[in-house]
Amino acid sequence: MRTLILKTASDYLLPILLLFSIFILLRGHYLPGGGFVGGLMASIAFVLHAFANGLKDTKKLLKFHPGFLMPAGLLLSFLSGLLPVILQDAAFMTGLWLENPIPVIGSIGTALFFDVGVYIVVLGVTLTIIFTISESA
Amino acid sequence: MEFLLAIMTGVLYAAGLYMMLRRSLVKLIIGLIIIGNGANLLIFLLGRITKGAPPIIPGDTKFFADIYADPVPQALILTAIVISFGLQSFAIILIKRAYQVVKTDDLDEMNTIEEEV
Amino acid sequence: MTQQFLLYPLLWQLFLSIVLMFAWRHIQIQKIISIVGSAIGVGLSVALFYEVWQNGTLVVQAASWKAPFGISFVGDMLAATLVLLTSIAGLAVSSYSAASLIPARLRFGYFSIFHFLILGLTGAFLTGDIFNLYVWFEIIIISSFVLITLGGEKAQIEGAVKYFTLNFLASIIFLTAIAVLYGLAGSLNMADLAILIPQIENRGLVEVAAILFLVAFGIKSAVFPLYFWLPASYHTPPSAIAAIFGGLLTKVGVYALIRFFSLMFVEDVLLDQILMVIAILTLISGGLGAMVQTNVRKVFSYLIICHIGFMIAGLAMFTELAIAGAVFYLIHDIVVKTNLFMISGLIYRIKGSNRFKELGGIYKEYPKLSLMMIIPMFSLIGVPPLSGFWPKISLIIASFDTQSYFILAAVIFASFITLVVVAKLWAEVFWKDPDKFPKKNHFLYFKKMTLARKLQMILPILMLTGVSLYLGFGAENIQQLSIRITSELMNTDFYINAVLPNN
Repeated sequence: MRTLILKTASDYLLPILLLFSIFILLRGHYLPGGGFVGGLMASIAFVLHAFANGLKDTKKLLKFHPGFLMPAGLLLSFLSGLLPVILQDAAFMTGLWLENPIPVIGSIGTALFFDVGVYIVVLGVTLTIIFTISESA
Repeated sequence: MEFLLAIMTGVLYAAGLYMMLRRSLVKLIIGLIIIGNGANLLIFLLGRITKGAPPIIPGDTKFFADIYADPVPQALILTAIVISFGLQSFAIILIKRAYQVVKTDDLDEMNTIEEEV
Repeated sequence: MTQQFLLYPLLWQLFLSIVLMFAWRHIQIQKIISIVGSAIGVGLSVALFYEVWQNGTLVVQAASWKAPFGISFVGDMLAATLVLLTSIAGLAVSSYSAASLIPARLRFGYFSIFHFLILGLTGAFLTGDIFNLYVWFEIIIISSFVLITLGGEKAQIEGAVKYFTLNFLASIIFLTAIAVLYGLAGSLNMADLAILIPQIENRGLVEVAAILFLVAFGIKSAVFPLYFWLPASYHTPPSAIAAIFGGLLTKVGVYALIRFFSLMFVEDVLLDQILMVIAILTLISGGLGAMVQTNVRKVFSYLIICHIGFMIAGLAMFTELAIAGAVFYLIHDIVVKTNLFMISGLIYRIKGSNRFKELGGIYKEYPKLSLMMIIPMFSLIGVPPLSGFWPKISLIIASFDTQSYFILAAVIFASFITLVVVAKLWAEVFWKDPDKFPKKNHFLYFKKMTLARKLQMILPILMLTGVSLYLGFGAENIQQLSIRITSELMNTDFYINAVLPNN
């Protein structure tokens, strides 16, 4: 699958797709989207890159093993759920929100961090699965 | 619409069961995937299909004035899809590994451990 | 503060597995974190148990959404007891697997996935929402799939294919049942459903949903005629993994059956009769299966099936005493079955095999260890005053009260068969003079282990033996506990009012 067209395109597509996946992630609070879909999209960006340039290049680009993303994302989601328990003695995963929304990102609360955690976990899991399958194939 | 979906669910269940009863390992997994999709469709069907407004109450009222789509079945289906995504990718790795180790696709021949009682 | 305490055992296990995932490559560190963490987990569960015992049911509405809309977590006496037992079994198996599993298996994140399994079990016991229960079941089966295939030997893969297929199918049936019930009642909260289900007019569909739940949980808990995946797969993984499977995985199914059929689908005559037939056939077929096997772990696998029958029998008779017997048996069974599979692993370490014809003479070599191993087997049979005896008394009295003499016969028959099986096991494994078999070259025999490793294997067995001795000699306390659990179960208003206070 190493064609010049795909290779050139994927160089431009990778940042665009990643940016789009973050857009989908942030948009998820009120509109269709969210961490799961965003994470899948981000992993598709890397998979496309791997198709065009080979697995080695993509791994070099990532710099660390994608499996590391799983505990990192889980920890972020876990802590965002735990925050209300620690701060307010409210139930696990109760939403805490900053009062004033921030431009571009929108309102910031624990739900956003939970979703970011999901995004990271999905990215990590999908990339680990796909890398493992394509390595052993 | 409900009628079509009901038939579709039935067909998916039947097709899934039929595939599961085959002796090939690959067909078994395909059968499980199909029957899982049937279950998701059943949740969608039994959650009442409504062509209505999204389930968001306008700021100035306190109750739903109009009919609205139930958001719960969609959440359930999404969760079920995500879970079966994980299970299916596991299953595919498993059958690949099983084929490498046992060197057959035939379920009837996967009984070496049973024979030596 | 005290309400939030309910989720601490759950969150702690999640936290442990995340930390263990960070330490993916450092097996030694993982071992220490896992054992210390499990010990802290036991501490948290004891505290939860004490709290529930003193102050009654704890309820947490996750994310603070009000009861029928959000997901409720309910810690009544039954859930708290089972969470406690899960954490005790988890501690034992964590220490045991640190000593008995070879590093090749531990390298692929064994401990992290093990704690995910414990997390799933804890969650399944605590949740008060049927769809959330489905999610916990999925967490349990996904982690058990990984554990059962870890190592990737031929036998394991073959066992895993069967295990995977039937458990996946059970989940789909569970999902179908949830769909039907949601379509009928429009709610997923167990307490809310307990109010709504009696009001549904379409009784036929309610019955269908109940049967679907019965089949789904029946596959999970390995009752007749849905148990065939269990003996085909439980003897394939290493015994540490089989211990946690045999001790807890089938019991989650039994827990779900007890919860569903005492809270939501009550007073259904057809269902009681089906349960009764299932119980009798499970007792008989499991017992007969155990008779003919000649592999220690296959014998134990069939005994699991056989003894599931006791709990189902208690549920089928559905009197106060019968349920108390079933609950007591559940408590006893978790401890003993976990212990038995660890013992089979110890036998494997001593002799290098689990087949009868290659075993023998263990009593001569290790008399003290053999005595330690026989205590759980005796409590399995129910020799008075050990722990298996007391719940059977309750079951037998209850079967006289309800005049279900078939159950009475099956209970006694199954007890005798267990006795025969254990006697045969004792003669074959411990007494018989062993045939000379060539020693395996690259096998770490028990004799060659360092003292620390030996202790790591023996102490968990000793601990669980101690627990089952306490269950036997302190039977009065446990009986009191089971009767309290039963009164909470039988009086559904209790559960409903705890979850939905304004109803």
